[in-house]
Amino acid sequence: MIARKSSTLRVVLYEGRDSRPLPAELRLELTQTLLDRGFLVSSVKPNGALSKFQQPHILVLGAFEQAVSPLATDAQSDTQVHVRNVDGLALSAICELVDDVSKLADGEDADSSGNSSPADPKSPRWKPWFPVIDYDRCTNCMQCLSFCLFDVYGVTKAGQITVQNQSNCKTDCPACSRVCPEVAILFPKYKAGPINGDEISSDDVRREAMKVDISSLLGGDIYSMLRDRSAKAKSRFSKERDDDRALKERQRCLTKLQQNIEGLDIPAEVLSSLPSADSIRERAEKAKQKAQEALQMNAQNKNV
Amino acid sequence: MKPQRSVLFCRCAFARVVPDDVKNDVLKHLVHSAEPFDAVGDLCEMSARKDPTLVDLAAQGNLTVVACYPRAVKWLFSAAGAPLPTEGVEVLNMRTDDAQTICQRLTPGFSNATPDASSSSGESAPAESSLSGGSA
Repeated sequence: MIARKSSTLRVVLYEGRDSRPLPAELRLELTQTLLDRGFLVSSVKPNGALSKFQQPHILVLGAFEQAVSPLATDAQSDTQVHVRNVDGLALSAICELVDDVSKLADGEDADSSGNSSPADPKSPRWKPWFPVIDYDRCTNCMQCLSFCLFDVYGVTKAGQITVQNQSNCKTDCPACSRVCPEVAILFPKYKAGPINGDEISSDDVRREAMKVDISSLLGGDIYSMLRDRSAKAKSRFSKERDDDRALKERQRCLTKLQQNIEGLDIPAEVLSSLPSADSIRERAEKAKQKAQEALQMNAQNKNV
Repeated sequence: MKPQRSVLFCRCAFARVVPDDVKNDVLKHLVHSAEPFDAVGDLCEMSARKDPTLVDLAAQGNLTVVACYPRAVKWLFSAAGAPLPTEGVEVLNMRTDDAQTICQRLTPGFSNATPDASSSSGESAPAESSLSGGSA
């Protein structure tokens, strides 16, 4: 489960009272640079107010006309307000100032909440690729839970399907959205609609309505195909014990699998990094069991 | 009294699904305008992290989100435990609309964001702005 964690540092580009506007080009470059580095950026203009967010740290940058106090605490929110005068500074120098304050803020956060793990979505290397459920369409059929081998989905205490482990999702793989019979799973960064959140046409719904039972239509085929291949491969490997050949065989199997399930749009990297067929079978059975338990629980709750 | 409109811009920094020229021109327009705004690197990333800032943003009544498809924005906020109100939220879609159209929506009366803004185009024709999403 991903922790609820605030953007550590909010950078405010202040152009209000007692300050001069930043040069136009610098303001744009600075905003772009800070956003690309993952900071939350707020722009305050002469007659505008600052939106109130619960941020632990705010860095205010401005071309102030008078000396400013570098640090203050907002008594109401406990927010640490860092202020820096950037009058006459170049982009690189301002970025250094931001980095210094960011390190300070991150240090305090690490002290109070522990270090982040490598799989932490806060890591700048993690591409935020994960399914998002459209609950206006979802019927809680649990087919996505049954299909996913990577434990991305889970069930809430109330019996509702939910996305539990976003960072387990395989980057650029939209396969679970393809098997959803209600077109209820989005990947906002996907290239095409309706998976990217675009409006759903009646054609989309008709197409998905044909996917009545994933276990017989897709899941069963995929896993039985893998099981067959695995059985054949096992008999060969028991004679040869050749790891390289085993790997090649699995890749060949998966390539063939991809051709057979054209349209799922599973990236080759995801297919080639899939676990062994035995492990896939084991995971698929676990996922299916989880889905069945959730469905049974929901049916019992309905009857109560 | 109607609360002052807040503008939230998403740079979609982790993917190339929003055309660069559109997001750059819209950001340029915002930066050079007289209106305050908030901007985030990537809404998806914030949603995955369940960033509490999204709760604060969703609570701001009169909000314009400049990002991607309204259905995606709606459920990204919801996934973060920050459901957007059904009234008073407008989503401008940089995947389908060009920069000039979006700048006009942000600043009524605006005629040309930048010399190259009019040449920027997204994936297809006009963006939807309601949060009701597709319901075919």
